[in-house]
Amino acid sequence: MNELIFFFNTVVISGLVLGSIYALGAIGITLIFGILRFAHFAHGDMMTMGGFISFLLAAAVTAAGITAPVATGFVVLPVAMVIAAVLALGIDKGFYAPLRARGARPVTLLIASIGVTLIIQGLIRLFFGSGSYTFFETEAKRLFRLEVPLPDVTRTINFTEPQLLMVVSTALVVVALHLFLTRSRLGKAMRAMSDNADLAQVSGINTKLVVRVTWIIAGSLACMAGTMLALDVSLKPDLAFNIVLPIFAAAIVGGLGQSYGAIAGGFLIGFAETLAIFNWSILLRPMRDALPFDLPNNLAVVPTEYKLTVAFVILVIVLLWRPTGIFRGAST
Amino acid sequence: MSLIAIENVVAGYGGAPILNGVNIAIEQSDIGVIVGPNGAGKSTTLKAVFGLLKVSAGSIRFSGEEITNSLPDRLVPMGLSYVPQEKNVFTSLTVEENLEMGAFTRKDDFASTMNWVYDMFPVLREKRRQPAGELSGGQRQMVAMGRALMSQPRLLMLDEPSAGLSPRYVLEIFEQIVKVNKAGVAILMVEQNARQALALASKGFVLAGGQNRFTGTGAELLADPEVAKSFLGGESAA
Repeated sequence: MNELIFFFNTVVISGLVLGSIYALGAIGITLIFGILRFAHFAHGDMMTMGGFISFLLAAAVTAAGITAPVATGFVVLPVAMVIAAVLALGIDKGFYAPLRARGARPVTLLIASIGVTLIIQGLIRLFFGSGSYTFFETEAKRLFRLEVPLPDVTRTINFTEPQLLMVVSTALVVVALHLFLTRSRLGKAMRAMSDNADLAQVSGINTKLVVRVTWIIAGSLACMAGTMLALDVSLKPDLAFNIVLPIFAAAIVGGLGQSYGAIAGGFLIGFAETLAIFNWSILLRPMRDALPFDLPNNLAVVPTEYKLTVAFVILVIVLLWRPTGIFRGAST
Repeated sequence: MSLIAIENVVAGYGGAPILNGVNIAIEQSDIGVIVGPNGAGKSTTLKAVFGLLKVSAGSIRFSGEEITNSLPDRLVPMGLSYVPQEKNVFTSLTVEENLEMGAFTRKDDFASTMNWVYDMFPVLREKRRQPAGELSGGQRQMVAMGRALMSQPRLLMLDEPSAGLSPRYVLEIFEQIVKVNKAGVAILMVEQNARQALALASKGFVLAGGQNRFTGTGAELLADPEVAKSFLGGESAA
């Protein structure tokens, strides 16, 4: 049983956490692709930027002597998300909107977003250096240990407060997004524009408003994902740049332009990564006498350092089986 | 004063103009039909009215108001609607959501309009929870027209509503168009099924090379041996 709990801690909990972060990032990428038809490469850096906004707000709140029952970084998150949404609108207005107005092709916008990546990373490094920061300088990161009421079980189910908050808030976001996209007029207009932008325009749908809403959602969710990631590990200028590729893989696996696909893709890749680096020897150890071979010490599918490759293997397999993604997204 | 008056319109996609002085006038009670050979500028005329390409000369007025080069988000609230020939439904949205998108510019309650559309196309009421992409070609065309009617237009512009439909559906769609017109909506449509369309037209326009060749009532054009010979493929049916 202890082995199963270890499996639960390292695969299920970590997979949920990783999947939540990937899903939140992939939703933004898939929405932007659906509405504006370009791969927003700077999305990882919008996540990092969001993490730093929360970090500054948390520092200000702590300096003001305010304490809260949950992590300060989480308390300031709603405000940080608003700021991030405004910045996302600014980035669109400053960099992408002028290109769209001139009828730029998607590849031009993709290159522009690489430029935005460099700008955001440069600005962060300019003000914060290249070191790493933690939200838990002055407060402790709460750890939950749940006893399992079974005989012979000594291990506990472990997770941290940020991890719990992250999974719960991601679930809330997914429900809220679903209600927005299926119940509200603007949400339906977003789906309509993603489906057929020309028809949306001739129907009289305010496409500029839809674009703004897309950036507000993408920017605020990126901030949420970045803050969560920074709360879970630590904050550094290349925090989310390093995971932008698996996030893209999640969006593509789910089907570009499909919000539910992005969520499914995020969790699929999150779990695939934690399963692939899990040391299966630990689960097999109790039955080692029955096995016809000697159990090696480490029996992971890939070593931890190569975790990133898992996303691409999943991507290749899914695209071979279903070229437009699980939820049949756009093919271009 | 005509509901819509297209006067000497010259328009194109930047290169040589496709329309070289098109004149069309439609009253509120009219069904106007534009016919002509491929490349005559029929669809382009509708697109020019709807602000989808640049009008470089001439004027377009809608119930007296200047609308040349106006964009759809202004035209739809004014009472113009347009159904493109292709990709004219949101395939991943349900039938009902498609209709709702047609009412996007309306701030009032549009439930009664939706009921009116469902009464006109009863099959859509049955399928209202289905994605429009799962419907047959004829039913999609109804969704497209229904969507365009949700804004309560005074003028409905249809680009080849019968294209790609089986003969049974062609007849049905034409019947629906007459019904919509009887309900007080002016129609301006482009058609390949020229004879059938002119038969129900109160105004007919034959375009060729981006210019008007013949203008008259539908019956006049059908009876004109010149029109029949050059544009309707063969002798006059009369």
